[in-house]
Amino acid sequence: MSSKLSRRKMLGGALAAGASLPVIHGFLPRDNGGPPAAGAMAGHAGHDDFVHAGFAPGSTVDHRANGFNPTELLRDFDYGKTRRLASGRVLREWTIFAQDREIEVAPGVKYEAWTYNGRVPGPTLRAREGERLRIRLVNASEHPHTIHFHGIHTALMDGMPGIGENRGGGAIGPGEDFTYEFDAEPFGVHLYHCHVSPLASHISRGLYGAFIIDPKQGRPEADEMVMVMNGFDTNFDLANEVYAVNTVGFHYVNEPIRVGRDELLRVYLVNVLEFDPINSFHVHANFFQYYPTGTSLEPSEYTDTVIQGQGQRAILEMKFPFDGDYMFHAHVSEFAELGWSGFFRVGDPSQLSAASAAAAYCELPWGGAGGKT
Amino acid sequence: MEAGTQAERLQGGRLPAWLLGLLPLALIAAAIGAFALLGGPGLGDRTGPPIEEVAVERTVLRPGEIELTLRNDGPDPVEVAQVAVNDAFASFSTTNGQEIGRLGSTTLKVSYPWIEGEAYEIFILTASGGTIDAEIPVATETPEADLSFFGLMALLGIYVGVIPVSLGMLWLPFVRRIDARWIGALIAFTVGLLALLAIDAGLEGLEIAAEAPSAFGGAALVFAGALVAYLVLAGIDAYLSGRRDRARGAGTAVKGGLYMALLVSIGIGLHNLGEGLAIGSSYATGALALGAFLVVGFAIHNTTEGLAIVAPLRDGAGPDGRVRLSHLVAFGLIAGAPAVLGAWIGAAAFNPSLAALLFGVGVGAIVQVIVQIAPAMRDGAGRLLNPLSVAGMLAGIALLYVTGLLVAV
Repeated sequence: MSSKLSRRKMLGGALAAGASLPVIHGFLPRDNGGPPAAGAMAGHAGHDDFVHAGFAPGSTVDHRANGFNPTELLRDFDYGKTRRLASGRVLREWTIFAQDREIEVAPGVKYEAWTYNGRVPGPTLRAREGERLRIRLVNASEHPHTIHFHGIHTALMDGMPGIGENRGGGAIGPGEDFTYEFDAEPFGVHLYHCHVSPLASHISRGLYGAFIIDPKQGRPEADEMVMVMNGFDTNFDLANEVYAVNTVGFHYVNEPIRVGRDELLRVYLVNVLEFDPINSFHVHANFFQYYPTGTSLEPSEYTDTVIQGQGQRAILEMKFPFDGDYMFHAHVSEFAELGWSGFFRVGDPSQLSAASAAAAYCELPWGGAGGKT
Repeated sequence: MEAGTQAERLQGGRLPAWLLGLLPLALIAAAIGAFALLGGPGLGDRTGPPIEEVAVERTVLRPGEIELTLRNDGPDPVEVAQVAVNDAFASFSTTNGQEIGRLGSTTLKVSYPWIEGEAYEIFILTASGGTIDAEIPVATETPEADLSFFGLMALLGIYVGVIPVSLGMLWLPFVRRIDARWIGALIAFTVGLLALLAIDAGLEGLEIAAEAPSAFGGAALVFAGALVAYLVLAGIDAYLSGRRDRARGAGTAVKGGLYMALLVSIGIGLHNLGEGLAIGSSYATGALALGAFLVVGFAIHNTTEGLAIVAPLRDGAGPDGRVRLSHLVAFGLIAGAPAVLGAWIGAAAFNPSLAALLFGVGVGAIVQVIVQIAPAMRDGAGRLLNPLSVAGMLAGIALLYVTGLLVAV
């Protein structure tokens, strides 16, 4: 006779006789403050060790094949090319290519991304308040795309399909190009993204990037970095399988971000996450000043956790008073354990390696503000 | 003369028969070879992304570890890239590499601190970003397949198989006392009981087949198993009947009681193989509460199967008309012991494809038994469906259904 032993029907049912309590491993306090990252994980390759969610010990994505490394991308600001107009204003120009490209978003997991300049997120475009900006989009992709900037500009420059096609704008078809031109305003941290329908598809495929407009007077000197919170719907079921900052899940767990103790850290945080209504940012053992959209020089809140909806962004400023590894992650635990986690590795500023120091202190073309030199 | 040559030509001249038999095969082989050598002229590669179909065949839980056995059910190789348990990526290792070829399998050992009694959803990310879902509705440690475990499974099989069937056979004295007119009704009772048993086993087989890789046949395995079991048993019956008829010199329409009892035992035994399999695998996955209630339920339920075996013995057995104890012991083992074997297989190496096949075998065996014993239901007018037989069948169906409620979990 059928015993209808369906497992589902047994939910909440009795437990089998003879089963012993499993030994719970992991979640043990690690008081050494030492690296729980790649090296340590490799040293704990045993199956019964689960310190925190992550990929198999020692596994990373192929940054070379991807064409970008999130560690470098973090402090990579694209200032474009400048020249002075007759009026004395600075004209800043970029050329951006829309390209289809396969990238590895988690070790072994390939994703057919749509990119600006072959990277996800696209280049962090950085300008100064009041400059004239010209951004030429060349569509080398198989699909029509635009660049829709968050900023103040005319309808033709809005990167909106259906508006301005008769003047070469609107949706830019494969092989076509278009130049967006507008003034850099208002100052703050903004974003740009493709606005072709289906929107969720064009954005979640990777067509987005941070867009920073520095205030005329600049901001205090700091170690600056860009964090674009994103995710990837690798099986196209309208939900993300991999979450990250700057694309590669758990990247900053494997390669903690090196920062100097007592140095001012400025994070340009942008949320472009598709499919999930909110994202969040939480830093361990520290608090930060929060500047929503970066449009004010006065912080709105002193906190250690914020949430952002899609398209929201802000500037975070903090200093780490103690050496050690400090986690930062989405305080949506699901996102955190599906890749959106990382570490700041705080140490003596003079001990930072030459390479990372070089990456850490960007050189602003107008000198002074925002950079160290 | 002319006609002879023509016939000869039609029969392939003087070529030997075996050569004529091989010729089409050789031509097929040549055609396949040429097709392969030319790279399949006219056919391009399949377009579109790879098709990834993977079945999770087995889940084993150990402290701090979840083990999943995957079978590639699709046309293309599948590469396992990452595994997430309850929306958290977890590190894992594989026994057979991360790439699974067509119909190949690999076992993932996922490091995860699962908690007794919780439910888990697992998704496996493939290299192309596709997902394979697995579900653990109630987590409990999978028993290790050691000697004591096999002992426990054997005990379980004896509890739900051998003992109840043997107890049911204790109705024999009662069966032999009742009036001869009731023999048709008793057989009908058995037929009704077996018919519902077959339907139930078939449905359960189909349910299990739904979880099995379709490449191995899936639901078709149930039907294949049934067909094979039916044909094999029918063949054995034909062989034995032929020998017996030759020995007696004449055939009889209705078979001897002992012979019918043996057939019923075999049918029920094959059915209990599948039942043991389901019990064993459910126990191993922690889905089966081995409460006394369930064991008692199975015992009462399977007792009816013992009654089905002894019902044909109303008119005695051997030439001397007696039923020996050794016969009864043999019937009890034939009908009940396969539950032990099934429990072993189910607990130690559960495989949905095998289970579906075995459930099908049980169905086919039962149907064959019904066909064998049904003629004994005929009344004086030779009608198969007469008031007595219909009432008997309904009683059999009712009893099996009611006792089945005891084991409906």
